[in-house]
Amino acid sequence: MPITLEKVPGQEEKVILSMGPQHPSTHGVLRLVLELDGETIERCVFDIGYLHTGFEKSFESKTYSQGITLTDRMDYLAPLSNNLGFCLAAEKLLDLEIPPRAQFIRVLLTELTRIQSHLVWLGTHAIDIGAMSVFLYCFREREEVLKIFEMVSGQRMMTSYFRIGGLALEPPLGWLKRVEKFVKKFPERIDEYEALLTRNPIWLRRTVGIGTLTAEQALALSVSGPSLRGSGVKWDIRKSQPYSGYERFDFDIPTRPEGDVYARYLVRIEEMRQSLRIIRQAMEGMPEGPVKANAPHIVLPERESMKTSIEALIYHFKIVTEGFHPPIGEVYQTIESPRGELGFYMVSDGSPRPFRCHVRAPSLANLQALATMVQGRLIADVVACIGSIDIVLGEVDR
Amino acid sequence: MPSNLESDQVLEKLREFAPEAIEGTQIFRKELTIWLAPANLLRVCEFLRDHPALSFTYLSDVTALDHYPEEPRFETVYHLYSIGMNQRLRLKVRLPGNSPRVSSVVPIWPGANVFEREVFDLFGIVFEGHPFLERMLLPEDWEGHPLRKDYPTEGYR
Repeated sequence: MPITLEKVPGQEEKVILSMGPQHPSTHGVLRLVLELDGETIERCVFDIGYLHTGFEKSFESKTYSQGITLTDRMDYLAPLSNNLGFCLAAEKLLDLEIPPRAQFIRVLLTELTRIQSHLVWLGTHAIDIGAMSVFLYCFREREEVLKIFEMVSGQRMMTSYFRIGGLALEPPLGWLKRVEKFVKKFPERIDEYEALLTRNPIWLRRTVGIGTLTAEQALALSVSGPSLRGSGVKWDIRKSQPYSGYERFDFDIPTRPEGDVYARYLVRIEEMRQSLRIIRQAMEGMPEGPVKANAPHIVLPERESMKTSIEALIYHFKIVTEGFHPPIGEVYQTIESPRGELGFYMVSDGSPRPFRCHVRAPSLANLQALATMVQGRLIADVVACIGSIDIVLGEVDR
Repeated sequence: MPSNLESDQVLEKLREFAPEAIEGTQIFRKELTIWLAPANLLRVCEFLRDHPALSFTYLSDVTALDHYPEEPRFETVYHLYSIGMNQRLRLKVRLPGNSPRVSSVVPIWPGANVFEREVFDLFGIVFEGHPFLERMLLPEDWEGHPLRKDYPTEGYR
């Protein structure tokens, strides 16, 4: 057994319970080692690494464009957010200006990703606590979002749709109609989930006052995202350090002061509503124009121009065989992913491959708060707490 | 967007507090990097966290770089964020290739715990004073540190 809890000398022996890695409520392969006094948790240690794939090492042997495909596979519930973080970091390194249409489409799709990710969270969180039907409803709506992703990028989950310098290609005609259909229907669907849960006495008994985390504790433990806002800290990177044109959109940051499982639930529900607001604004104000930056040495040329222009053909050959050379330097680009502060620390040594590309995974930092949350609580509360911090093990282990 | 004015303010305050701790500075794409002497790391971090005008209370990230075969080989990298100032700051500490050791910042920011464990696991940098410095992502009997530049990426060991 890799991680165990050592016996405290002079203390009577406690029961050590190993929970996971195959436990269904651990959302993947998280193993917890719990020290119990009766059913009360005295200590909690996590054991991770079951999904470690060495993405950060792989980045170093891939060109910047190739690296995008790895980002999908880290946080597999929010692939487009990860694409965006990686592309923004590379674009910051290159000092590249992105056309407004591409920025709007990026915002629209990442907000759809947030809704989609929160739907999976809500469904699984509810099923963990015992509310079966919410799960089925959430996945019904998530399917709609995935169909939009498939329409736009050709893939349901591993989209790789955002590229350095813009988008992979112009979205197909009629895609906005599909988004509109979803946006029209979705508000009443959120009401439906809330009707099932928000005032449900069993749900309240299982979530109110459980897994409390104060704002000071959360900040000290580097918690971010909805888990931090559920503790009353009003910090959202979309507002504080806007990227991809978020400063042009009008939306609120939902917070709750309680810091318990129920507060984090309410924050995420409200975030879905706010995401809808952003999507509506993006649809209304969608500008016309190109979806790729005018940077022929970085962005692949159009198929048509390759057949007619020798320069386009040369650039295509150069980008595909060699890649491009960003200036020597380092950047740390953060975005507000559905789970919190997703940061890409990218170091360039002037070669076509990143010298180092480190991912600051919000799930990993948020996981640290679990021990504080479950201290002195019952085993059943652990399940509620894991659900409420919304971790994705693919991102924790990378 | 952090303005240069705020970066200047951070630097100015730090120069007043501990001029001997600063080994170098750089601003690239409006991001401020400060190189610190390893011996002064904890003192400076505490100052940055507790100074009321700076209040870098949030530790975003800890990671490292390997400059093999150059010396000093390693750098640990700290990304701080001040919610009050809405300002980010990058601290770096240069470490030798031969048994790299640096003080842990866990006493200042408890959130550094997992990030430092990850760096220990993948780079082999030892954080002195860390409460639980064990391998985290790799099995406990793993040999070597994969994110080092001299770690083979293909073939048999």
